[in-house]
Amino acid sequence: MTLHVDIPEETFSSILAKAFRNTAFVAGFVITLLILAMAIVSYAWTPYDVTKLVISDKTQAPSLAHWFGTDHFGRDILSMVMVGARNSIAVALVAVGIGMGVGVPLGTFAAARGGLVDEMLMRLNDLVFAFPALLSAIMITAIFGPGAVNAIIAIGIFNIPVFARVARAGALAIWPREFILAARAAGKNSTQISIEHVLPNIATLLLVQGTIQFALGILAEAGLSYLGLGAQPPMPSWGRMLFDAQTRMVVAPWMAIFPGMAIVVAVLGLNLLGDGIADILDPKSRRQR
Amino acid sequence: MSLLDIQNLSLAIGDTQILRDVELSVAPGEVMGLVGESGSGKSMTALTVMRLLPYAARATGRVAFDGIDILAATEDQMCALRGDDIGMVFQEPMTALNPVKTIGEQVAEGIRWHTKASRAEAEDRARKMLDRVGLPEAKFPMSRYPHELSGGQRQRVVIAIACALKPKLLIADEPTTALDVVLQAQILDLLRDLVAESRMGLLLISHDLAVVTEMADRITILRRGEVMEAGDTARTLSEQFHPYTRQLAQASMHVPARARPHGVETGHPLLRVEGVTRDYPGRRMSLFRRAPGIRAVDDVSLSMAPGQSVALVGRSGCGKSTLARMILALDRPTSGTIRFRGETITGKSEAELKPARRDMQVVFQDPYGSFDPRQKVEKLVAEPLHVLERKPTRAGRREMVAHALHEVGLDQRDMDKYPHEFSGGQRQRLSIARAIITRPKLVVADEPVSALDVSIRAQILDLFAELNQKLGIAYLFITHDLTVARAITDEVLVMHDGKIVERGKTSEVLDHPQSEAAKALVTAAPDLHRAIARRMQEQG
Amino acid sequence: MTAYLLKRLAIAIATLVLASMVVFAVLEILPGDPARLMLGMNASADQVELLRNQMGLNAPLAWRYLHWAGGLLSLDLGRSYTYSVPVIDLVRERLAVSLPLALIALALSTIIAIPVGLFSASRRGRVGDTISMGAAQLGVAVPNFWFALMLIYVFAVWLRLVPAGGFPGWSAGIWPALKSLLLPAVALALPQAAILARVTRSALIEVLNEDYIRTARAKGLPYRAVLWRHALRNAMIPVLTILGLQFAFLLAGTIIIENVFYLPGLGRLVFQAITQRDLIVVESVVMLLVAAVIAVNLLVDLSYAIVDPRLRSRQ
Repeated sequence: MTLHVDIPEETFSSILAKAFRNTAFVAGFVITLLILAMAIVSYAWTPYDVTKLVISDKTQAPSLAHWFGTDHFGRDILSMVMVGARNSIAVALVAVGIGMGVGVPLGTFAAARGGLVDEMLMRLNDLVFAFPALLSAIMITAIFGPGAVNAIIAIGIFNIPVFARVARAGALAIWPREFILAARAAGKNSTQISIEHVLPNIATLLLVQGTIQFALGILAEAGLSYLGLGAQPPMPSWGRMLFDAQTRMVVAPWMAIFPGMAIVVAVLGLNLLGDGIADILDPKSRRQR
Repeated sequence: MSLLDIQNLSLAIGDTQILRDVELSVAPGEVMGLVGESGSGKSMTALTVMRLLPYAARATGRVAFDGIDILAATEDQMCALRGDDIGMVFQEPMTALNPVKTIGEQVAEGIRWHTKASRAEAEDRARKMLDRVGLPEAKFPMSRYPHELSGGQRQRVVIAIACALKPKLLIADEPTTALDVVLQAQILDLLRDLVAESRMGLLLISHDLAVVTEMADRITILRRGEVMEAGDTARTLSEQFHPYTRQLAQASMHVPARARPHGVETGHPLLRVEGVTRDYPGRRMSLFRRAPGIRAVDDVSLSMAPGQSVALVGRSGCGKSTLARMILALDRPTSGTIRFRGETITGKSEAELKPARRDMQVVFQDPYGSFDPRQKVEKLVAEPLHVLERKPTRAGRREMVAHALHEVGLDQRDMDKYPHEFSGGQRQRLSIARAIITRPKLVVADEPVSALDVSIRAQILDLFAELNQKLGIAYLFITHDLTVARAITDEVLVMHDGKIVERGKTSEVLDHPQSEAAKALVTAAPDLHRAIARRMQEQG
Repeated sequence: MTAYLLKRLAIAIATLVLASMVVFAVLEILPGDPARLMLGMNASADQVELLRNQMGLNAPLAWRYLHWAGGLLSLDLGRSYTYSVPVIDLVRERLAVSLPLALIALALSTIIAIPVGLFSASRRGRVGDTISMGAAQLGVAVPNFWFALMLIYVFAVWLRLVPAGGFPGWSAGIWPALKSLLLPAVALALPQAAILARVTRSALIEVLNEDYIRTARAKGLPYRAVLWRHALRNAMIPVLTILGLQFAFLLAGTIIIENVFYLPGLGRLVFQAITQRDLIVVESVVMLLVAAVIAVNLLVDLSYAIVDPRLRSRQ
């Protein structure tokens, strides 16, 4: 499959102006900022101490004192959701970093070299894609033991081929362009061309993919910690909270509702942000509106 | 009575005014030529008649076709007209056909839709139509897919679709612009015959005054959405009453003033190509079998003297661009050697090529695609400085860029802009600035003016001629357009099927071609002088 | 055509062989001695050594790999350490739950997504498009296991329409069995349907901007006919790609969903086997899932060739 990359020809300020007229971008940006702020604030302050168990307050419904209610140990769910955001963001962000850091150079290199190198890297990609990501993540965390760091590695590894593919497809669409030929005629080698001309032109593509993988990372982390393979107690995590809520659905449904909503809002925000960026920077999507 | 009658047509897309009070009419059996440069609104006029305008477009005025008010017609009425009474042919044959349907299906589809004919009947008519446009059953069964056909053949299929139901009006929007001159002549002949056969009205849209003059009974000249002049083709173009008409006509025939430059040089040739061949391996058909390879360039030898301007002409796919790439050391010959300034450049590593690259630069066809949109002009124009032995300082670099910009007629303040802030013609100037910044001895220009409007083209040709005089740069012009070759080259090489079949002084080869390939090119090339003369003669 | 198919087939087989090596290698480095696990902590070193020999754990690595791979090919998967039954029986029994679940989910997702995508693309920018794409945007963001919890809360706890979990087995009759798969399938399918609908819509919109769509319109076909006859088939390639990816995702998704609903499927089996270090089960199930993914990808490649004639004549 070929990928068509339309390179927008606009200045930064005009893009910015357009960005703030794009509903999806603004909504995504605000939501993402809120979630980030929530995670940062949690380092300094939370309504209650999430490590302190107050059994007398257990499974209380949402109230003015506990906006999101309390769990089976009497901990404040709002505070736990705030601290859990930290964990989700950290895991997903570092996993995206791993995927980009390794995948993008691999993909651009494969596109620049072509031939056997390209073929081998792509077959390696196929191999990784043949393993259902979640299954392998479970295996990896099972081998090295559960925990946030191993969750990062497990999710990060599966981000690598995704970024490699996107970078390669984007680069392959840039390479036949005449300005690349002009650069070659000017004596630049393929590494210089990749850095100076290819990467800047596929940056937006990677940015969009980055937000998507960030969102998927949050979902994957939640899944792993739901299975008990993510961050370990007493560190609260959204997935773990859902696991604890499952058997108490009848008595304390809020234990399931609020952490789940937190995941939905975070992922929604990132996806909207990604959609917004793609929309602003891709002139094709605006045609015939 | 007119078949198509457009009065006071104005069109706006969003806040942009595209057309202003356009008047135009086409009678049955008449060919109306609609001429204009890019952005003149000629395609939008056609799409208005078809009512296939973009979503946000608003048209006012009156468009009557065969007594029907097009602008007021319902979508159902338009569907009944399109493809039945009005057919349309588009510019890009490579993308105009659905890649997953056979050509038979695509021609028969419209027939079945409009006539409610049975599948067999429709296929029968489609078959006849394909025969008629020059795609006979034996070589082109209906089960062919578009990707199995060449550009010219695909355009024939598009014409078959448009003419399948013998429409009263055919609209052809730049039908030959994407094709080479020989194919262009064939397609134009076909259109002319189809019009004569069934007294179709033809609205022929083109940027090429010569093409329109050869084809049209009357012409309408459009500029920035307004009609400049309209009337009988021969009279309009011979009298050139309106200044814009004159400007267009002169630009189409423009020949830059060149003092007879460097004649037959003595001494060492600048470039020597000896027995160069380039093979591309065939596609792998199975594990052990490969399709026969393609020999893109076949045992080509040529030499160029310093300061000489040479044209390499040929039809599309003749191997001229492949040869150019090998000369630029962007591709490696399968066999043969290329010597530049006496040194062999074939088989050298990129590092060893640096000194040669300093003295040879390139200008590409597409003024939009040849600049990285993410970099500023300063960096783009300075890119070839990369090969200099001593890299200039930043201030030195800016000075060199400023000088190069000045030489191509741009302002030095332009260096802090991005390429999209320039028009097509200005970008081609930037391209040239980039090519001359290292003071090369040879510039290879691959169709450098064929994407430009005629008036801009004339200016760029002048610039090429001027730089040739001033800096003594040798040019290798790759083109399918003989007027360009005639305008600024001393010698011409005619290429056909990978071989050079004819060479000699430009005027001699173009006036008295010897080889079949050269003759075909010369006869097919539209020529405004000749076309006007013929028109005048016909009318007595 | 045959060249294309052969190349795809060769790649699939090579990937499968490489994948089997990876699985084998990974499980080799997994900590924990299966013989020790089977015999318990009280067994003597001699007993463990004896069992290791019986199980062939002391043979050279390459030999053990070939033995294992040969066993896979002949469907002799060995015996589970913890269940003490042939792995093949275990797999067969669990597959009877997981395969119907994945297939129902895939069918459900496709049936919902394609019409929604078509509808949205054909009324681009209008209210219907905005609403359905807003819903899809939300659907993509919902984790399937949380969605499953909410479904349980509404349909099992509140309305008591379906069981909250467990599986009665196919022997209890088709309807009770299907009923207990219904919620899990919906939980798996809806988030996937949201993704697929978005892909369908954007693929269609991309195709609708192509030149040949204008040619078809110029023939006099109404918009709707152009959408069905010309756009849909060309938009199938990205849709098929996503369908293939979703199958892999659904297979893995069953691991979590089966845990939510206490379904005795493959996902639960492999999850338990990993935590119990039942390597032979893990190896077999992982290989089965990988083979399924590779087979589906091969199918997707083949369907590309059916959809797109250009691939048939290319290598």
